[in-house]
Amino acid sequence: MSTEGGATAYIVHHLTPLSVGEGFWAFHLDTLFFSAVLGGIFVWFFKTVADKATAGVPGMMQNIAEMLVEFVDNQVKDTFHGRSDLIAPLALTIFCWVFLWNAMDMLPVDLMSAIGGVMGIDYIRVVPSTDLNATFALSISVFFLIIFYSIKVKGVAGFVKEMTCTPFGPKMLPFNLLLKLVEELAKPISLALRLFGNLYAGELVFILIALLPPVIQPVLGFPWAVFHILVITLQAFIFMVLTIVYLSLAHEEH
Amino acid sequence: MELASLIANVQGLTVIGVGLILGLGAAGTAIGFGLLGGKFLEGAARQPELAPMLQVKMFIVAGLLDAVTMIGVGMALFFTFANPFLSAVQSAAG
Repeated sequence: MSTEGGATAYIVHHLTPLSVGEGFWAFHLDTLFFSAVLGGIFVWFFKTVADKATAGVPGMMQNIAEMLVEFVDNQVKDTFHGRSDLIAPLALTIFCWVFLWNAMDMLPVDLMSAIGGVMGIDYIRVVPSTDLNATFALSISVFFLIIFYSIKVKGVAGFVKEMTCTPFGPKMLPFNLLLKLVEELAKPISLALRLFGNLYAGELVFILIALLPPVIQPVLGFPWAVFHILVITLQAFIFMVLTIVYLSLAHEEH
Repeated sequence: MELASLIANVQGLTVIGVGLILGLGAAGTAIGFGLLGGKFLEGAARQPELAPMLQVKMFIVAGLLDAVTMIGVGMALFFTFANPFLSAVQSAAG
């Protein structure tokens, strides 16, 4: 495993998704599977807590759920300046789901590969956020929500007026439109690529550390893993906060 | 041999590009975080009771600072492992 060909092949093997189909219609089965499973875990956890919720002394699961809900609720109250029943549950879903995606990166690099090998699966990537498809799916959904709420709150006429007449007056219509389009498109693109870049780089560093001699691995691997815990939580938090901020901007009326 | 030297040329230039992306991104982010952290410490020293709120806002801005750098890291890793310029040379030559 110390030849150059071996190292590159090892890295590429760990970064190749399990995909079916060609080109645009390539489905990354591992991303789909793991994001569905993690979504199921999230829904199951909150449903179980909600079913057994008690007003007396709460158990550990209820404590965790209450902490999460209160945390997200405070964020939404601080940042969101509109009226909507959708925002807080959406923020909670995004935060928990993205956090679970990212947390899959803490599993050892070779563990899932070995399990997959035993089951006959050659390539498997367990972190959905390292797949551009998953992060863009989430951010494009948020983008559609932004447009939907912009039109719902301002009306179609108001939305068109906002797109064409700000920040300069109506006389500079093409320039305004270009500026607003770039600004609106930058939102989902930056959301998706920020999450992707952070997690892909994290996973790649783990794989590179796995290529070092086993004696050195804990020296580098442990600090990076600890730092990565911060990155995981931070990136999920940033995704959630920016979603709330963008939706708050969409709800603004003048 | 001609193909090998073409590939070597493309790879060499790609590596320089990747190095620039990573290095300049890191430099910009480091300076940005330094300024951000300094302002946070100043603000927290002035009004310690605001420190928790300022810390949350600091992390939010930190995430925004990281964004384009991370996009750059993603693109740099893409060029390292799945270089489209290399595949163009290979498909043109063979």
